[in-house]
Amino acid sequence: MKTNDVILQTTTKLIFFIIILFSIHIFFAGHYAPGGGFVGGLLTASGIVLLLLAYDIKTVSTALPINYTVMTAIGLLVALATAAGSIIFNVPFFTHAFDYFDLPLLGKQSLHTAMLFDTGVYLVVVGVTMTIIQSIGADD
Amino acid sequence: MMTNLLLFPIIIPFFFAMILMLFPKKIYAQRVGALLALGSTLIASVTLLYKVKTDGIQAITLGSWPAPFGISMVSDMLSILLVLSSTVIAIFVVWYSFSSIGKARESFFYYPGILFMLTGVNGAFTTGDIFNMFVFFEVLLMSSYLLIVLGGEKVQLRESIKYILVNVISSALFVITVAYLYSVVGTLNMADISVKIAQINQPGIITVIAVLFLLVFGLKGAIFPLFFWLPSSYAAPPIPVLALFGALLTKVGVYAIMRTYTLFFTLDQSFTHELLMILSILTIVAGCIGALAYFDVKKIIIYNIIIAVGVILFGASQMNEASLMGSVFYLIHDILIKGALFLLIGVIIAITGTSDLRKMGGLIRSYPMLGWTYLIAAFGLAGIPPLSGFVGKLLIVQGGFEAENLWGSIFILASSLVVLLSVMRIFIYAFWGEPVEITLLTKKHYRGLFTPALVLVGISVLYGVGSEWLVPYMNDAANVMINPSQYIQAVLGGS
Repeated sequence: MKTNDVILQTTTKLIFFIIILFSIHIFFAGHYAPGGGFVGGLLTASGIVLLLLAYDIKTVSTALPINYTVMTAIGLLVALATAAGSIIFNVPFFTHAFDYFDLPLLGKQSLHTAMLFDTGVYLVVVGVTMTIIQSIGADD
Repeated sequence: MMTNLLLFPIIIPFFFAMILMLFPKKIYAQRVGALLALGSTLIASVTLLYKVKTDGIQAITLGSWPAPFGISMVSDMLSILLVLSSTVIAIFVVWYSFSSIGKARESFFYYPGILFMLTGVNGAFTTGDIFNMFVFFEVLLMSSYLLIVLGGEKVQLRESIKYILVNVISSALFVITVAYLYSVVGTLNMADISVKIAQINQPGIITVIAVLFLLVFGLKGAIFPLFFWLPSSYAAPPIPVLALFGALLTKVGVYAIMRTYTLFFTLDQSFTHELLMILSILTIVAGCIGALAYFDVKKIIIYNIIIAVGVILFGASQMNEASLMGSVFYLIHDILIKGALFLLIGVIIAITGTSDLRKMGGLIRSYPMLGWTYLIAAFGLAGIPPLSGFVGKLLIVQGGFEAENLWGSIFILASSLVVLLSVMRIFIYAFWGEPVEITLLTKKHYRGLFTPALVLVGISVLYGVGSEWLVPYMNDAANVMINPSQYIQAVLGGS
């Protein structure tokens, strides 16, 4: 079956980048406001799913040659490594640390180890969601 | 380094599982990685055991939050003994898998699955937070879903639907029950819950929650009448997975019942513990009937799991020192011996190509060593002195008499005979009688299958013969259950 999806494909090209930018915004906003790695990851995954809907699995996997299982494993490793930092400092596991820094352009910001952990969560969420959707979707 | 020591048996398998996920197709590296992971977990567990023995209960609250608010992890003698025996079983199962599970499964996240499951099992044994226990239950269940369905045979697919359905329902009930408990006592920290329940003197609603917990953990631990899903589900996956499930998964449920019924719900024992006792005896009866009814070797041993669950919980329901110590003795004995028996019947099934007893016979001529090893394991399971099941059962029965539960204790003793009969049937049918035609295994294959089973039986014999040396450890474990105040003090500090 051949469908005419010019409108979908054209809008997707535009919308995809907005979704990705928004997901990054949500990811960083999660520090003090609603958001964070989990929602950010879901948004990114939904952006990629939109690509899958508009095009097909083959096109998307050429455009984004990512092995999502490996991505999940790396995300878990990032999260665990952040938490395991506390082993070196001999404080209870998952203890976090933060400080304020003056960054160029951004001004005074707090940098927090919890953000590294959240990066891991983000990668895991994208990896797992995409693995599930791809393995169901590829079942033709 | 040392503050976080009690987390190492959880973190190490988790870490290695992630690493192994990166290269699923390199089978040799997967095997080495899995052994490396389990070896270092074993070292960490032994170190921790030594530390708990010398310094008492270890506790840590994650994220440096103060105790009742953060998630506490607690390692007392009971939990570290279980962590250690789980790790030992995992090592032997992985060793056995090398020559039996097949390349297709090995290259599809089999070893990461086992390591993730061990993460969940060790975590559930170690956690001191009731909601966190739910999380670790989910971790081990997710991995068990992978292991039960991996391979995709028809029977596996059929049984995994049942298995997942039962466990999803019981997990939902688990969360609901935890929510009930939280709405009454306002805390999730297990030590704090114990304190709060004692303060409000366990009103009726807490007793209801106790029964709900029994329902939840009973579904996972397979007590009467909630064991219905277990026999057919466990029979579906290949032998190493069956050995892992049979030795470990129900024990996590049993541990959770023991923990909650000695730490939380101790003030209305005439109801809660009486109920637990009645259910455990019914569990034993149901298991005995099943163990004698089947001609399928897998089913016979699987029903023996259910008998053992009943015996352990009977000990837990008596709530005196002898019976609780017996329960711990028997719990660890059962982890070791069930692992060994499943591996042994795995060898028998590999040789005869069937799990139907009526199609076997005369194996003692071609495999004498296998036969005698099986006989020792069978005697150990039934509790013939000086093998490993004896001390535990003796103490449980002694505790039963001390608590003046004459009939219950007699049931335990009678069940030993049924257990002996059920496993001897396998010996008589498979090893005696007219030899049937079998395809001899290659020497290398046979050795790969038989050696892990043999060593595991050896360990269980040592466990039985050396039980005198283990008494101080078991005593510590039972002590924590009788006087939960040490546990509470270790977590909440002072006062």
